[in-house]
Amino acid sequence: MSTDSTTGYRASVPTVTYDLVKELALALVGTLALVLLLSLVLSSPDVAPVTIQSWAQKQPVDFVTTAVAELAGNSTSADYGPPYNDGSGSVQRIGFFSPQAWAGVHEPVDSAQDFVLQPLERAAAGNPELSESLSAYRGAAEKQRQGWLEAYGKALKDAKVEDGRVVVADGDYGPLPIMMRHLLEIARAGGLDGYLLASGHFYQTDYTRPLLFLGDGSYLASLAEDQHLLGNQWGMMNETGNYPGQSWLWLYTLWYQVPPYNGAANADLLVVLTMAVLSLGLVLVPFIPVVKDIPRWLPVYRLIWRSHHAGGGPQS
Amino acid sequence: MREASAPDQEAMGWTGALRRYLARRLPLENLLPERQPYYVGSWVYVFGVITIAALVWTILSGVVLAFFGPQWWHVSGVGRFFNSLHFWSVQLFFVFMVLHLWGQYFAAAWRDGRAPTWMIGAVIFLVSILAAFTGYLVQENFDSQWIAVNAKDAVNSAGIGSFFNVLNFGQMYGLHVMLVPVAVTILVTVHIVQVRMRGVVEPLEQRKESAR
Repeated sequence: MSTDSTTGYRASVPTVTYDLVKELALALVGTLALVLLLSLVLSSPDVAPVTIQSWAQKQPVDFVTTAVAELAGNSTSADYGPPYNDGSGSVQRIGFFSPQAWAGVHEPVDSAQDFVLQPLERAAAGNPELSESLSAYRGAAEKQRQGWLEAYGKALKDAKVEDGRVVVADGDYGPLPIMMRHLLEIARAGGLDGYLLASGHFYQTDYTRPLLFLGDGSYLASLAEDQHLLGNQWGMMNETGNYPGQSWLWLYTLWYQVPPYNGAANADLLVVLTMAVLSLGLVLVPFIPVVKDIPRWLPVYRLIWRSHHAGGGPQS
Repeated sequence: MREASAPDQEAMGWTGALRRYLARRLPLENLLPERQPYYVGSWVYVFGVITIAALVWTILSGVVLAFFGPQWWHVSGVGRFFNSLHFWSVQLFFVFMVLHLWGQYFAAAWRDGRAPTWMIGAVIFLVSILAAFTGYLVQENFDSQWIAVNAKDAVNSAGIGSFFNVLNFGQMYGLHVMLVPVAVTILVTVHIVQVRMRGVVEPLEQRKESAR
């Protein structure tokens, strides 16, 4: 390459011939070759999604236990808080600062109605046994319902599975065993996957309800643990199998592993705020004292412009 | 009517003013120069162009996936191959972009009026993370289910969940295939023009002055 001087921003320094378009073309070809090689040899991850059906078939006790918790109002979703409902179980705040509470309810979810009672009512058409059980449940006093739910919830801890049915010790559970038997049968047949998406519109792309219901159980988390995806396993930056995940989220994930974040009830809000400050800092690096001076203190720039610093002038 | 050969300085109206402005601020000899300062021979400058190359393949493979629909790659071998192209293009895009970012940091590339170039580049990095995040949410597999269920808590804690519902596939799909890629593409275009207008930064000297 020959050196020369020219106009514009290059007027004050010696220049060399440099073909930018050729460089881009070579970069495109080289990168494509690498992408093709990786794709052909390693393919890409695709572990099948969990369905309500597969959950009910593989872990029926967990499924029924979760459904009872939805009715009793003590599942994660039932008492979540904004944007789903007026609960407070998952509302995070730092003192008075709580954007979650301020934002309010925008995706209304009533766990008992949406996940259990409405699907059962739809399925009750032409099913006298289920209709009578639902009528008995709705007609009972709140204290009576909570008594049934508490007793049934305790009995489920020692439940057994026989021929796909969840069997518990005898007790005063009201209509709950019949309701849960039908809900489990509907779910095992695949019907609940559809009921949870039913919105009164023909088209549907919002999976808020089935995902919240799945998340309330322990089945989804157990599968995630097997795939090293839990939060305490650096899960947000991992991928199923041995594939690389969102490794660029390493700093975001790091905070969940260390105090005080990992033991805080408001860890998500703390991490989000921390990353917001750090992201702003990244954008403003040119103006932050010390941070903008580090490149001059470290000799890395001598590697970047090795020929320049070796010879003090144009590279050959 | 003006003569086609009239001097450009005489161009009238908003159109002429815009043309004169662009000709003054974006001369072609700066946009597509055939010569560069001698120190551009450093390997660090390669990271920028290979990041652009990976972005090109990410977008092109994504266009194919979007054309055939979100379920195609789960049931088609060809679709799975294009998903693999998309997946690895994204992985390489981030690897190259992070190398480019670190390279420019240690070069203190914001010197001599280039701070806006750095700032736009940092914003591209952050918007790209959003692009990838929405992509992981719309894979329609177990990974996307788990990420959605977990990410909702962080998003909701910041009050963002009221208008950015990670459990809503339709909303995330629209953002991923249209709005966020358009934002990345526009920002990258601006970034490249910024680099071309001011040129690459001069070598950092062992001076006592701040790397301003």
